[in-house]
Amino acid sequence: MSLIAITDVRKSFGSNEVLKGIDIDIARGEVIAIIGKSGSGKSTLLRCINGLETIDSGSISVEGAQLLTEARALRELRLKVGMIFQQFNLFPHLTAGRNVMLSQMVVKKTPKDEAAEIARNMLQRVGLGEKFDAYPDQLSGGQQQRVAIARALAMQPIALLCDEITSALDPELVAEVLAVVKELAAEGMTLVMVTHEMRFARDVCSRVVFMHQGRVHEIGPPEDVFTNPRTPELQQFLGMSQAA
Amino acid sequence: MQYQWNFDWLANYMPVFVNGVAITIELILVGAVLGVCLGIVCAWVRALGPVWLKPFVAAYVELIRNTPFLIQLFFIFFGLPSLGMKLTALQAANIAMVVNLGAYSCEIIRAGIQATPRGQFEAGASLAMTPLQTFRHVVLVPALQRIWPALASQIVIVMLGSSVVSQIAVEDLTFASNFVQSRNFRAFETYLVATLTYLALAIALRKVLDGVGWVIFPRRKV
Repeated sequence: MSLIAITDVRKSFGSNEVLKGIDIDIARGEVIAIIGKSGSGKSTLLRCINGLETIDSGSISVEGAQLLTEARALRELRLKVGMIFQQFNLFPHLTAGRNVMLSQMVVKKTPKDEAAEIARNMLQRVGLGEKFDAYPDQLSGGQQQRVAIARALAMQPIALLCDEITSALDPELVAEVLAVVKELAAEGMTLVMVTHEMRFARDVCSRVVFMHQGRVHEIGPPEDVFTNPRTPELQQFLGMSQAA
Repeated sequence: MQYQWNFDWLANYMPVFVNGVAITIELILVGAVLGVCLGIVCAWVRALGPVWLKPFVAAYVELIRNTPFLIQLFFIFFGLPSLGMKLTALQAANIAMVVNLGAYSCEIIRAGIQATPRGQFEAGASLAMTPLQTFRHVVLVPALQRIWPALASQIVIVMLGSSVVSQIAVEDLTFASNFVQSRNFRAFETYLVATLTYLALAIALRKVLDGVGWVIFPRRKV
């Protein structure tokens, strides 16, 4: 059984249909890269998976449970599926450690000491063990994004959604974040990432989804998608991104 | 023209002034703490709360912000007893100040909440927090930090405005000054003392509020 099953998902903003019937099944442990031009619906699809956007029709299920709009069910889902954002979205008034502790204490009612212990471990895991007491504005973009990853990991999710997590970073900081993601992939974490890092997608991902005008245009293992693109749209897209 | 300064009376009336200052401090302490709490609740309703509650808070805010404080005070002290609510003058003054600051701080705090980047709400939600938990733990402190200087100014304004409670015989600093002046007939000196005392109180209050800011907002930037 697939971990995340996306079936005929449609989504419109006003009269603009952004997702025009998406079908993707994601198995446990898979690493999926979603690529495509801006406006192709990549981020919207990702945001639908953990309910930050509501879908108009179709269905999304995680571990067999339907994604519902009811608030409690949605929070249950979000415990299982973490999200990491392009803009990090760390809480500016809390230290890195506190950022990682907060949701454990508030949502899971983990005692403070235990939450701090977990936070320390998670920060260690992303290579920021010594930054427990640093505030977000004292950290570089790459470090902030790694804290955001630690924060999501602390909730012990079964899958992570990554929404262009390196797009707001200076080029020299991209590698440190991708290294953490690569490690997670190696440990068997299910990852769905919207990304522009083609080389990373090729090296790490089990499947690549090319989205075009609100549809899954091509899907397959990276070697097929990158070396033998079947459609002219994907050929053009890859040509563009290689030129860039 | 030679004015003969005379402060001989001051020693005798010092206890009256001290008592007046104490009452004024009590008024602003209760008014600021409860008023800001009320303002936070109202700001939450107006910015993020349930739709059915919004008109009630909007009506309260507009009513208070568009009527004189003195009339609000009279309404509470002289008006409410007709409905069976007996209040001492001090209780009425406390309520009036809380209600007044509640409305003004509501609008200030609301501005702080509405300036919160959407990503903060989304981060809270994606960590499985409820909207209320996100507000309480993620949104509130940075929102207060953004508007803290404006809120501090409003609290100082309300402290200075508290002088009108002398009109319902609350024995605050203004009441004390009027009392002393009616005994010693040294109006200039008496109100000079009152003026300088208010000035000192306002500066001290600002310092205290800055200090509170330092404690609850560990980082300067938002």
